[in-house]
Amino acid sequence: MSTGTTKLDVVVSDVVPVNELVTRFHFRRRDGELLPTFSGGAHVVVEMRDGNRTRLNPYSLMGSPLDTREYTISVRRDDIGRGGSLFMHRSVHAGLEMVISYPVNLFSLDLRAKKHLMLAGGIGITPFMAQTAQLAGSGGNFELHYTCRTASLGTYADLLQQRYGRRVRLYHDDRNERVDLDRLLSSQPLGTHLYVCGPAGMINWVRDRAAVLGWPSETVHFEHFAAPQPGAPFDVTLAVSGKTIRVGEQQSLLEAIEAAGVDPPYLCRGGVCGQCETNVISYDGKFIHNDHWLSEEDHRSGCKIMPCVSRFEGKSLVLER
Amino acid sequence: MAAKTIISRPVYGTLSPQPGKHHLFVADAEGALAIIDMAGKAPDGFFDGAEIVFIAGPEGKHIAALEALKPAQLHLPPSFASLLPRLKQTLTNAHMGLRLYLCGTEGLIGQAMQVALEAGIDHTSIETEHRGSLARRMQCVHCKGITENVTTQPALCSHCGLLLLVRDHYSRRLAAFQGVCINAEDRSEIPPMEEIFR
Ligand code: FES
Repeated sequence: MSTGTTKLDVVVSDVVPVNELVTRFHFRRRDGELLPTFSGGAHVVVEMRDGNRTRLNPYSLMGSPLDTREYTISVRRDDIGRGGSLFMHRSVHAGLEMVISYPVNLFSLDLRAKKHLMLAGGIGITPFMAQTAQLAGSGGNFELHYTCRTASLGTYADLLQQRYGRRVRLYHDDRNERVDLDRLLSSQPLGTHLYVCGPAGMINWVRDRAAVLGWPSETVHFEHFAAPQPGAPFDVTLAVSGKTIRVGEQQSLLEAIEAAGVDPPYLCRGGVCGQCETNVISYDGKFIHNDHWLSEEDHRSGCKIMPCVSRFEGKSLVLER
Repeated sequence: MAAKTIISRPVYGTLSPQPGKHHLFVADAEGALAIIDMAGKAPDGFFDGAEIVFIAGPEGKHIAALEALKPAQLHLPPSFASLLPRLKQTLTNAHMGLRLYLCGTEGLIGQAMQVALEAGIDHTSIETEHRGSLARRMQCVHCKGITENVTTQPALCSHCGLLLLVRDHYSRRLAAFQGVCINAEDRSEIPPMEEIFR
């Protein structure tokens, strides 16, 4: 059993198209009970039975943590991705029975903060839906800056503005509106914490500027679900289980290990939580580390790999699994 | 530098220049030397955005050396009590990007940190360096009175007069070490008093 990923049996209670790219899914427990409590920023891993393969994708819970009758997630369709979001859009309908993990929070609010400054890009808005609901419920001080491509792709922008008024600022790429980041960051009162979720480029930009402008790293929180990158197939030997497996072009190393009947731990499947860390016993070739967990030194040492996002090119790779 | 003994016992580092727009130094006594040593590693123009608050003590040592760093502001209050309102004011009006450096005696670092925590600064993002005396600020756990500049073990509570064992147990909220009665069972038992927090 994977650590921290106890399963929940749910039924899809509703499927709601939100705009041309995004669809919202509602889940209830099959036994009619309340779902486990969660805090804003938590995600669940959704299991998708797609023919003979199982896809496992993490999605942020976007409902209010104050209401656990149902969980809601929003999925942005990615036509050139590996197929998980397409499966959700095409094959998941109300009434379908599914399995999801317990919620895990790798992007929680620091409730000691005097103020919460949130920056969202595109579908990165979803964790903030829950976080703003949580803060609004407890009188917390927050401000949300949300960048979207066009007004029609501003998922939930209307709803957020309706709920929180001037605490929400929108920026539209097609109107050339851009966050004046340096000014925004420099005008925040002492004790502010910063949260950013969106494309990798945005996260890096915000983290860099915050560091330069003197924000201590403890006050900067970010979340990015890196989808596993495709690459050339490679072979791996799993020393503990005595198996040799092939990792396909579109498959992650973690997925290949799971497909071989081994059940390694994971939480985020996005290279940030550290849960899937695996020791390398020997290798002849080169690693393609795509994670944000291991240090540069770990990467250079060739002793460790994060199989949820990282790959390998070369003659042989033996892992302690 | 004080040794790490139990978990609540504060551990201090060596000041190093942080990225940021404004730098606020609060120092007393030999803490001035920590700032001067750090200045050697600071990038050009670092002190243009720096304010130094320095409690020099009666002899007025190190003031000239701090002036020579040409900070944007140098403020010389006579005591911690007199700098407190100004420090609170500065932190209340400050923005993210202000970095805090505390150096000198443990009592000063602890009390300034107490104000900073209230202002919302996380203690891990404050640069600290201990210099000079190891004298402790101690709270008597019985009468709750605070005794400053405790250098002996055991020590007398200046409020209730109990003889206290000065523990390494430190309260960040009070910026004080805890003192617990050392002879509660038999008051006639008086262990020798040694000067150990010099
Ligand atoms: S599962 Fe989180 S880093 Fe791999």
